[in-house]
Amino acid sequence: MIDVMTRFTGELRSAGVPVSTVETLDAARALEYVDLTERESLRSALQATMVKHVEHVEPFNRAYDVFFSLQPVLDALESDREEDTEFPVSEMAAEEISELLREAIMGGDSDRIRSLSRAAVVAFGGVEAGRPVGGVYYLYRVMRGLGVDSMFDDVDEESSPLEQADQSRVRRRRIELLRRYIEEEIRRILVADRGAEAVAATIRKQAIEDVDLGHATRSDLIRLQDTIRPLTRRLAARLAQRKRALEPGRLDVRRTVRKSMSAGGIPIDPSFKKRRVSKPDVVMLCDVSGSVSTFAFFTMQLMYAMRSQFARVRVFAFVDGVDEISDYFTPGVDFTEAAGRVMREADVVAVDGHSDYGRVFSTFEERYGDAVTPRTTLIITGDGRSNYRPAQEVKLAEIAERARTTWWLNPEMSRFWDTGDSVMSRYRELCDGVFEVRTLRQLESFVEKVSLG
Amino acid sequence: MTGFSSPEALAEALLGVGYLPDDHIARVSYLAMRLDKPILAEGPAGVGKTELAKALASITDRRLIRLQCYEGLDESKALYEWDYRKQLLRIQAEDEGGWNAIADDIFSEDFLLERPLLSAIRAQDAVVLLIDEVDRVEIETEALLLEILSEFQVTIPELGTIGAASQPLVVLTSNNTRELSDALKRRCLFLHIDYPTPERERDILLSQIPELPESLAVGITSAVATIRESALRKPPSVAESIDWARTLLVLGVDHVDERITAETLSVLLKYQTDIDKVAASLAT
Repeated sequence: MIDVMTRFTGELRSAGVPVSTVETLDAARALEYVDLTERESLRSALQATMVKHVEHVEPFNRAYDVFFSLQPVLDALESDREEDTEFPVSEMAAEEISELLREAIMGGDSDRIRSLSRAAVVAFGGVEAGRPVGGVYYLYRVMRGLGVDSMFDDVDEESSPLEQADQSRVRRRRIELLRRYIEEEIRRILVADRGAEAVAATIRKQAIEDVDLGHATRSDLIRLQDTIRPLTRRLAARLAQRKRALEPGRLDVRRTVRKSMSAGGIPIDPSFKKRRVSKPDVVMLCDVSGSVSTFAFFTMQLMYAMRSQFARVRVFAFVDGVDEISDYFTPGVDFTEAAGRVMREADVVAVDGHSDYGRVFSTFEERYGDAVTPRTTLIITGDGRSNYRPAQEVKLAEIAERARTTWWLNPEMSRFWDTGDSVMSRYRELCDGVFEVRTLRQLESFVEKVSLG
Repeated sequence: MTGFSSPEALAEALLGVGYLPDDHIARVSYLAMRLDKPILAEGPAGVGKTELAKALASITDRRLIRLQCYEGLDESKALYEWDYRKQLLRIQAEDEGGWNAIADDIFSEDFLLERPLLSAIRAQDAVVLLIDEVDRVEIETEALLLEILSEFQVTIPELGTIGAASQPLVVLTSNNTRELSDALKRRCLFLHIDYPTPERERDILLSQIPELPESLAVGITSAVATIRESALRKPPSVAESIDWARTLLVLGVDHVDERITAETLSVLLKYQTDIDKVAASLAT
């Protein structure tokens, strides 16, 4: 059993879920109290002991499905495979399977859904042993074979908006459920065909923290949104905390004397003036040009999240011109909409739409210089590629001089800095810190470092 | 330490005190009791994390000791404090026996002010310790919890180490406003509680408000589930759908439609921007 657990731990780790040895031991201990014949009990037990972060629940589930789909060690789990004959596929028409599956899903009986899904995969998947195609291909075939689009009631155009929204939600949920079961079945078959290792390797999806922001897909970026929120809160808490840590409160003489009365005039318990918790005063200056467009989408999410939590955050976007975009991100507005508006309406292009950092810094100083005060934390994001135009670091020096701290986040791998038209090193010395931020994990470590600085 | 033979039995008991667990919640709670491990319940506000602790206390017949966390919580508020006023009085009262006797005396249990964590450890009867919103304390204070959560003991320099008289069942809740330290998470069973499915939420409504007609409950939960899907600053929690159900009941509504939903949105949503957004989607 320990051997299985160790291998499963390894699988989880390669799927991006960090599991410590203590947690593996806990999981093994938990198994004593679990009914191993029940898939879901085992899943609950392993999940509670080995997964400690919401983001990791999904990778865990995927790994669990593959790993425990064909583990001979857990014979108990295997026994349910015997009932395959319940639905003799060859005798059933396509419509029949589809109809039965529809009923099963409406009824919510998971065992029935599972065996019917198996039948559907056999009937429509056309899975051939050893054929090197991915699970997605089979999924597509099965879903098309079932006629998923017509399986569940469509939204009734006649009904009221509330009812329509409700119907489409229910429909989406059912299709999603069906897709999950079918996927699980396909994985099982693939595992039988190629072995767990091979399948695990193909379905290993990168943990969201490690996705390269420069090459992230649209859906990755949407997934990021939920992760960024707690991160910005932490960043802001850190910025506020730093101030408190630097300046301890002064002795409050009046209150100390007053309190000493109860101790016969001995100031046994001195009082200190409480430091006002300073609100973070942040100015963000973000490159949104084409060369970093995916990254820009991410920084805008960051800005949006910052804006939604803190009043005193001002954000500016630039390409070769610079414009304040704080108002686009007023709390509560829809992010995608706001991002679209920034791209369309914000006045970020002054000449030709190629990044020009020097020009941007001088324009910023001229127009919005008063946004940066000695209390300001300035965060600049961009690749520092200025298309061979004058770097004008003097301008940045002026701004950075005035700010309390200046951080630069660069989405480019640090070994590419200063190659070609990058002028990072010239700007570098003017900042209090320059960080390579290509993944969420790196952003996180930036937040950690801010607290130490 | 538990009288429950299976997660199902535990779920049954929880149901008996008006808490409706889903399978995963019941299984993890059962495991926590069996393994004597703390539960770390995480999830959005208002999904019943605190209620779970209360319900567990009530089915196991244990006293609930609650530590409400906040930024700036320190040892003297969470663990223990010496009652220096009393100590001063003792010093001034009489001097027989000299300083040594007094010094021994004033650092004895008589002069100790128990705070929630210490009283949970020292309790003679079995207790449930609820550490609420643990994500609000600073990372330094979090370290304070580590000894308690893994060893169930507290070290007081003057008195030595105090072990738990009986193992408390510990529940920590977090709204995930900040990442908790790995050390803390390692010691706990992790339980993510999300918004309930419409079916479970309907059952929750019916158990909380017995006089609610079932058809209305169904209407409410599907409307709430739909509203939760739009990107809101603060999606309605279970507590808010219960409030909404009560409101509709008082208004004598028997059917949820756009008009009544739009009129009573302020019960469900707490931000004007959210209200505007949902109202707009209802109007089209």
